[in-house]
Amino acid sequence: MIDPKKQAEIVHKSLKKRYRKEKRFRAYGILAITIALASLIVLFADIINKGHTGFLKTTITLDVEMNAETMYLEDPTDPDAVRMADFVEPLIQSLSEILPEATEEDRGKLRGLINPYASSQLRDELVANPDWMGTTQTITFLAHSNVDVYNKHKGNEAYSIKLSEEQQQYVDKLRDKGVIETSFNDVFFTSGDSRDPARAGVLGAIVGSLLVMFVTLVLSFPIGVAAAIYLEEFAPRNRITDFIEVNINNLAAVPSIIFGLLGLAVFINLFGMPRSVPFVGGLVLTLMTLPTIIISSRAAIKSVPPSIREAAEGVGASKMQVVLHHVLPLAMPGMLTGSIIGMAQALGETAPLLLIGMVAFIVEIPEGFFDAATVLPVQVFLWAGSPELAFIERASAAIMVLLAFLLSMNALAIWLRKRLERRW
Amino acid sequence: MNMNDTLISEPLEPQEMSTPVNRPVEDAGAQSAKVEEGKTVGKPFADDPKFKLRNVEVFYGQERAIKNVSLDIGRNEVIAFIGPSGCGKSTFLRCLNRMNDSIDICRVKGQLMLDDEDIYHSKKDVVELRARVGMVFQKPNPFPKSIYDNVAYGPRIHGLANRKSELDDIVEDSLRKAGLWNEAKDRLHSIATGMSGGQQQRLCIARAIAVSPEVVLMDEPCSALDPIATAKVEELISELSESYTIIIVTHSMQQAARVSSRTAYFHLGHLVEVNETSKVFTSPEHELTESYITGRFG
Repeated sequence: MIDPKKQAEIVHKSLKKRYRKEKRFRAYGILAITIALASLIVLFADIINKGHTGFLKTTITLDVEMNAETMYLEDPTDPDAVRMADFVEPLIQSLSEILPEATEEDRGKLRGLINPYASSQLRDELVANPDWMGTTQTITFLAHSNVDVYNKHKGNEAYSIKLSEEQQQYVDKLRDKGVIETSFNDVFFTSGDSRDPARAGVLGAIVGSLLVMFVTLVLSFPIGVAAAIYLEEFAPRNRITDFIEVNINNLAAVPSIIFGLLGLAVFINLFGMPRSVPFVGGLVLTLMTLPTIIISSRAAIKSVPPSIREAAEGVGASKMQVVLHHVLPLAMPGMLTGSIIGMAQALGETAPLLLIGMVAFIVEIPEGFFDAATVLPVQVFLWAGSPELAFIERASAAIMVLLAFLLSMNALAIWLRKRLERRW
Repeated sequence: MNMNDTLISEPLEPQEMSTPVNRPVEDAGAQSAKVEEGKTVGKPFADDPKFKLRNVEVFYGQERAIKNVSLDIGRNEVIAFIGPSGCGKSTFLRCLNRMNDSIDICRVKGQLMLDDEDIYHSKKDVVELRARVGMVFQKPNPFPKSIYDNVAYGPRIHGLANRKSELDDIVEDSLRKAGLWNEAKDRLHSIATGMSGGQQQRLCIARAIAVSPEVVLMDEPCSALDPIATAKVEELISELSESYTIIIVTHSMQQAARVSSRTAYFHLGHLVEVNETSKVFTSPEHELTESYITGRFG
């Protein structure tokens, strides 16, 4: 035995060392968190810095004179002939009136300022309003995507290389005159993909993602919860259930692209389901999400205190009543949290969807589970691989939209958990 | 006593029969005392018992937790199970409404009859049994619901009330019997887990008697309560004994003396002695019982 006096001395001596250790440990923790936070801030700052301009669009507002002669139109009363008229010419004329220094040879440069689709926009409007013929109308068009990036990144060499020097001067002048304006990019949220960056939007991808998520949720949540309840509450403990348990845990660690291959082999090749459709995407992501949901649901069921089970059994509740009346309501917040995190993971998944063909270039907004569609992360992947500068900033903008979806899903998970917990 | 006659489940295997029946007690104070398997001192049997238990054995895997216990429990009596920790009294109690069913490795052998019905018969429905034999646990375990819903849960799942008013009556009646009505009537719809420990335990008793059981099992119902709450629960047990058969496991010998009419002393899985409570505490017949109640071990 140690003499009490000596003991106090030894303890006192060791104290300093102990506290030093504690301090060092705390410092490591703070350092780790700082590094994580800093990386996160750098990441977000970079994305926002690159992507915020994706939410802006550049427009050109022109007074267009609908002159039958300049449009090479012989009979303005014939609707079929109107469709065939030249709609580029009135735009160029309108521009050259504002920019008198542009000569006849510069017409091509002027044309390069306007969006390639502006002429078809003009045609559609004229067909819709035949009485415009012979009048002058003020119409707003999208600018060419090269003008768009130059306009939004004024003074940055990297963004002006696609425009000639004259064109740059034209744009500056048009902006000074208020012909070229920058405004909120509603096109980005109201249209599908396009080869023209100025007209490309994420709506198609958002709708595609929602359809895929819906299929995934409707399939994986009930199946996952039912499997967890069965395994946890009813299944006998034997080799078969042990085998199933090991396999579920293994499935959670399988790379997602394998699930894509499985989907391709089984759903598309074997069952003959169509490619590129949200239904098959949902099936593949269900397979991928199920292990996560089953594991988190089982953990939630396990954390229900046994005293509650005993209490219910003690008054004569049957096994099913114990589960439905007591275990499930108490485990529900944990199950929901796990499921929503699994869904958020599925929302950000790209690889398996590439394999079932959801990587196609799709302009139309999907209207059902069997329409060709793509999803947000795949859209980001497609745009990020595009050489055009205007697509790069749209990819960053799409990432922000995707992150907003993920954050709102996580917020929903927290809200649901808080709400359900308060009931008890 | 012929064991094989009364066995309803598979007969004992030979090597189990040959396990040493007499085990020395670890404690020095009772080293000389021996207990012989199946031999219970005192008066274990009654004429018209509620429970007729013969040659009951409980196994946890290979370990024999209850060793050849035979006992009758009379109608509307309060019987206390006492004994040192790990002696099997709780295990034995939980056999009486088959709460041990959910433990995979637990096997029960022997004859356990409730009003001449075999509890462990393969056709016996455990839900029905538990509706007749209610239970109150060591730690108060109200459902995380309102006080009303806690008491109404049993009657609801068994369909004991056809109308809301009937259910209201059952809830009020049960809470009155549990001595909780005055404290709870103004907060019937507030959450039960917000009450004090003693109130929660009385709520659990109210919940148990709300289904009108014939027997109430109590597994150390006061061990988590302070003396004042304990006194209230004990008072309640005395009142309830008029209409229910109550079996109570307790660590407190004073409590056993206060509330029970008969006392059973368990030791290392053996039922050593059963007798009227006054006899057990004043003139125990078995040496081990005497050692225990005089505080030499346990």
